[in-house]
Amino acid sequence: MIKTVGLRKSFGNNHVLRGIDVAIKPHEVVVVIGPSGSGKSTFLRCLNLLEKPSSGQVFFRGHCITDPHVNVNEVRREMGMVFQRFNLFPHMSVIDNITLGPMKVRGVSLEEAKQTARDLLRKVGIAEKEKDYPSELSGGQQQRVAIARALAMKPMAMLFDEATSALDPEMIGEVLDVIRRLAEEGMTMVVVTHEMGFAREVGDRVLFMDEGVIVEEGTPEQVLGKPQNPRTQAFLSKVL
Amino acid sequence: MALDFSIIPGIIPALLLGTRLTIELAVIAVAIGLVIGSFAGIARVGGSNVARIVTGVYVDFIRGTPLLVQLFLVYFGLPTLIRRPVPPFIAAITAMGVNSGAYIAEIVRAGIQSVDRGQMEAARSLGLTYSQSMRYIIFPQALRRIIPPLGNEFIAMLKDSSLVSVIALEELLRKGQVVITRTFRPFEVYMVVALIYLAMTLAISRLVAWSERRLRVVD
Ligand SMILES: Nc1ncnc2c1ncn2[C@@H]1O[C@H](COP(=O)(O)OP(=O)(O)OP(=O)(O)O)[C@@H](O)[C@H]1O
Ligand SMILES: [Mg+2]
Repeated sequence: MIKTVGLRKSFGNNHVLRGIDVAIKPHEVVVVIGPSGSGKSTFLRCLNLLEKPSSGQVFFRGHCITDPHVNVNEVRREMGMVFQRFNLFPHMSVIDNITLGPMKVRGVSLEEAKQTARDLLRKVGIAEKEKDYPSELSGGQQQRVAIARALAMKPMAMLFDEATSALDPEMIGEVLDVIRRLAEEGMTMVVVTHEMGFAREVGDRVLFMDEGVIVEEGTPEQVLGKPQNPRTQAFLSKVL
Repeated sequence: MALDFSIIPGIIPALLLGTRLTIELAVIAVAIGLVIGSFAGIARVGGSNVARIVTGVYVDFIRGTPLLVQLFLVYFGLPTLIRRPVPPFIAAITAMGVNSGAYIAEIVRAGIQSVDRGQMEAARSLGLTYSQSMRYIIFPQALRRIIPPLGNEFIAMLKDSSLVSVIALEELLRKGQVVITRTFRPFEVYMVVALIYLAMTLAISRLVAWSERRLRVVD
């Protein structure tokens, strides 16, 4: 469903991604782990073109989306993204946060958008908060709204960039539960996380990234259980 | 010579007439400035390279030169180019409006840039276009941060409008000068003039402070 070929990204002299080749199959959950600054976020942001790759290609459902003629807005609506810092729209109520995209991008009617939004809020367990503003919610609740906002676009894939890193420990579980349920439903997902237990549990495949390259990849048992590469071993010994 | 407050009631009507013109000048100037400044401020953030350079030069020129010189350029300079006189009122609102536009452009730019980068990214990741993201996400948030400094800009324009007294427009300061030729009481008259300015600027800064509090509650 998503494929990168020789994906590179530099910020000036800082070569953050140095040739990434990954293919993500439909319904697959790919977990990306790696030390801070290794380029995980940049990789994720290249997939929906929030960052413009310096070279290489990104394919989405067989189309090369790094082609300059491609309408990036049409690609992005099919890929939901969840950010570390939620990035909810603070001037809008919860329900308006969720209905904006479907209405403005997909041309869905207000009633239909609200119906979808309420279904999603129920699904993430905060149906009663639809009229609240983001600042009135806890971090865990905000992140669940952010997930609902992304899902409201009915995307074909979801990208999670450390969705639980900004949360207090007691709220991590409620957000991971939502992501876990999405995985069970067969959503195609790329999940950047520092939660190794979670990676092991939901990941079909784990990528270990360091200094802009994928150092090791395989099933969670292989990469997390019996890492072959010394860099993977060193990283895991620090975080586990 | 002792202070003579008995002249004050007699000069108030004339000074209020001048006050009215002062307010008109400031309101019109800031209105013009809002139109110019909104476009210029947006162009400085999201415009083409040409638009950025043009608006950058405009803002630097206006902010780096005295309003009085700008006023003279319009009132004395422009007529020699267009070969017809520029009426004082038109010259005043032109110079003040263009001047205010540069300061408001900076206010608008700062307001837009004060919105967290993640907001634009979240909007774009939903598939909203750049202009939709600006319209629904960035501008509404920027507006809250723009309103208080706009109030300060209005205060600045109220005070700076006194400069146009030199081109014989009878705004508050000029009216005061006229009144002095009749009463020969410069201290009392200028004191009253100053207090009228003070009353206006205090009222507006109160309004600004109030709106700041209101807007913060919504955040
Ligand atoms: N917009 C940018 N401009 C310049 N440099 C950037 C930009 N975004 C990221 N970088 C640099 O790219 C490198 C990798 O950043 P990235 O955020 O992808 O790492 P990460 O693996 O997600 O790290 P973390 O675990 O801390 O989130 C860092 O050195 C960072 O400074
Ligand atoms: Mg990151």
